[in-house]
Amino acid sequence: MNRHVFDSLEMTGIRKSFPGVIANDDISFSIHSGEVVGLLGENGAGKSTLMNILYGLIQPDEGEIRLNQSPVNFASPRDARRHGIGMVHQHFMLIPTHTVAENIALSLDDAPFFDPVSVINDRLDVCSRAYGIHVDPKAFVWQLSAGERQRIEIVKALLGNARLLLLDEPTSVMTPDEINEFIGVLRAMTAAGIGIVFITHKLEEILSVASRITVLRKGRLAGTVRPASKDTNRSGDTAVHDGKNMETSSGHDEVDKAALARLMVGRELEQIIPGKSPPEDDILFEVENLTVMDDRGRTAVKNVGFTIRRGEILGVAGVSGNGQRELIESLAGMRSPESGTARLADRVLPLDAGARAIFESGVAHIPEERMRFGTVANMSIQENIILKAGHRAPFSRRGIISFSAAANRTTEIVNEYRVAATSIVAPMKNLSGGNIQKVIVGRELADHPALVLAAHPTYGVDIGAAEGIRSHLRECRDAGGAVFLVSEELEELFELADRIAVMESGRIVGIVDPRTSSFGEVGMMMAGAHIPGRAISSGDKP
Amino acid sequence: MDTAFVIATIGRAFTAGTPLLLATLGEIIAERAGVMNLGIEGMMALGAVAGFGVSLESGSPWLGMLAAALAGISLSAIHAFVTIGMRAGQIVSGIALTMFGLGLSALIGKGYIGRPLQTPLHSITIPGLADLPFIGDILFRRDPIFYFAIIIAALIWIILYKTRWGIAIRSVGENPLAAETMGVDVAWVRVWCVLFGGALSGIAGGYLSIVYNPSWIEGMTAGRGWIVIALVIFSFWNPLRAVVAAFLFGGIDVMQFSLQSLGISPNLLRMFPYVATIVALLITSSSITRRHISAPEALGEPYQPR
Repeated sequence: MNRHVFDSLEMTGIRKSFPGVIANDDISFSIHSGEVVGLLGENGAGKSTLMNILYGLIQPDEGEIRLNQSPVNFASPRDARRHGIGMVHQHFMLIPTHTVAENIALSLDDAPFFDPVSVINDRLDVCSRAYGIHVDPKAFVWQLSAGERQRIEIVKALLGNARLLLLDEPTSVMTPDEINEFIGVLRAMTAAGIGIVFITHKLEEILSVASRITVLRKGRLAGTVRPASKDTNRSGDTAVHDGKNMETSSGHDEVDKAALARLMVGRELEQIIPGKSPPEDDILFEVENLTVMDDRGRTAVKNVGFTIRRGEILGVAGVSGNGQRELIESLAGMRSPESGTARLADRVLPLDAGARAIFESGVAHIPEERMRFGTVANMSIQENIILKAGHRAPFSRRGIISFSAAANRTTEIVNEYRVAATSIVAPMKNLSGGNIQKVIVGRELADHPALVLAAHPTYGVDIGAAEGIRSHLRECRDAGGAVFLVSEELEELFELADRIAVMESGRIVGIVDPRTSSFGEVGMMMAGAHIPGRAISSGDKP
Repeated sequence: MDTAFVIATIGRAFTAGTPLLLATLGEIIAERAGVMNLGIEGMMALGAVAGFGVSLESGSPWLGMLAAALAGISLSAIHAFVTIGMRAGQIVSGIALTMFGLGLSALIGKGYIGRPLQTPLHSITIPGLADLPFIGDILFRRDPIFYFAIIIAALIWIILYKTRWGIAIRSVGENPLAAETMGVDVAWVRVWCVLFGGALSGIAGGYLSIVYNPSWIEGMTAGRGWIVIALVIFSFWNPLRAVVAAFLFGGIDVMQFSLQSLGISPNLLRMFPYVATIVALLITSSSITRRHISAPEALGEPYQPR
């Protein structure tokens, strides 16, 4: 296939309805060669639908797509790829048991029939020279980090001669370093004339990389804007995640970010007031010498210890896969630790006795994988609400469930958290990701737990719902509880946490005070750099 | 034990292993594409009766083999339609296929019971190699289907690991959604793999009634279809391991009779394939090996295109 020439792409009057919802209503969108266009919107705003239409995965009901001024119609992803459009999905379309080369060969239309992986090496060289992307063709995909997998997806698209790349939340899985490198790759690609659609809900990031931003709200076009302070931001690529500096360096950014957020949610967001009440002095939760294995039998958490005081949120930062998951699972009773103890208000937590015993001890758990561990998709909202406490009063007596008590509790939660659902007996799977998370958080926090274990509570949740979830966690803290918060969003940690513990290679490499620390410092610690004076291991006096 | 006895025993092990190998290879291809077909016993039975009937009526064992393949294909087409076209459960459909195939073969074969086949397939003597001592008789004076099975095994290995088709087939079995977005027609790949598996199962059945035991009796597949399911797991979905595993199981089949004279119960040996399979299952499910040798990720799951 010859190299495509990409000049411009316009989508006009796009409309697509699914049973019960209009996902896209009269949306227009355009992008030119060498441009990064941000596509911003809350969950369910119609970003994915619009991009799936552009990628030929679904067909629009109405509207026109023009590529280089001539009308086109993509019947399938393959069709779209033939026209030079490549997509990197948020959930990677890679096959873990195959090698990198095999995954790439699968996507190439012109790989030879016999020994198709033989051509991959040469092409990867070309790719790494042109854009600075390096991947190892012989590695198996299951061995790679999420950031590396992302790179393979991009390489796949580039080798398929994509001239217009659709990236769906590409940075959500990256470390700060990987993000920096990735932005370098973006610049190399745009310099080569490639157009990039950058789908995200992170405002700072999109303000610093995009030349224009199209904002969708509830299936409609909320507007297309230009980041006002683009030039001041250009000074350093690091500005993307060094949010602290941005806020202080220029007034435009703050205005822009607020305006963008307003455009996205259609109302003024509550100004975030950290307003942290100082934690009380007594220690509520204490973990000592905890060692936990991962699924493959390797030590994932190495002799970790920490304390949380009454009325305190302890945040945990770290690149995913450094033991956070195993740590929180073992505290929640889902994974027996090799050794170590945990005490909640002077009572030893039975870490080996299973999740039920931990729950009975007054611990709430907002799990990382909400569909796998948080809910039962085919059961109703009401049944999911009493999933954990359903075996005892008031939800059941002598083994008989009281559905009126369940319905009362469910109605309370649905109202308080503004869960968008047709009915409390609707199956859980009919809810959107954000609403599912609201139900889980509502269930977990309803009984005023002494300790809340929260793993990525706002991951993939839209900005309004995320703010609600955060304020509920704050309420827990203010009511004298202890909150253990694992998150990959540094902003969230800096906003919520009273102290931030950084995990790297299974260890807590340091605990910092967010008021005196910076994104940069935590990012360095996440990457394994030693910061003098910050290496607090167990005696973590703040 | 004299040499002639050893040669004869090993030879019989190869003959007993050939139908197992053919059907195992077919099932490997289908399962690699994500479709489990538990109807092998039924496809083999129908292949056996079709092969025998056509050989008897036409006088050509080759036409018989062709008929056996077609019989296997037609049964597997039902499975393909039900599980890929209608996206119904693969387990239920496969078991139904076994019962249907066994019943239909009994019905068709009523008139063939007790009639001998006058035109069996003749052995092929490979010039030169056949004169080698010991292994010449064992390996190079065999029926053509034996060689066919070995060649098919090598071909399948090459296709699976060295061609675009192979990557597509394995991708469809591991992550059909990813394959689909890469432009692979998932349903199409799966249908072809299931039909190919049906053809090999049919030929395996034909081998039983034309070569192994040139006659037809009801239920002559005698549970081999289930051993094949076990063999697929035992060989970790790898066609070359399947060669070794199939002839090993063939050897155990033969030993049932040889060891009876030594006072060892044949029932004990008949259990062996299943015990070996349970051990293989334990190995594949242990977390350490899971990434390297495990069942295709999407095996048994109907694929719903977007």
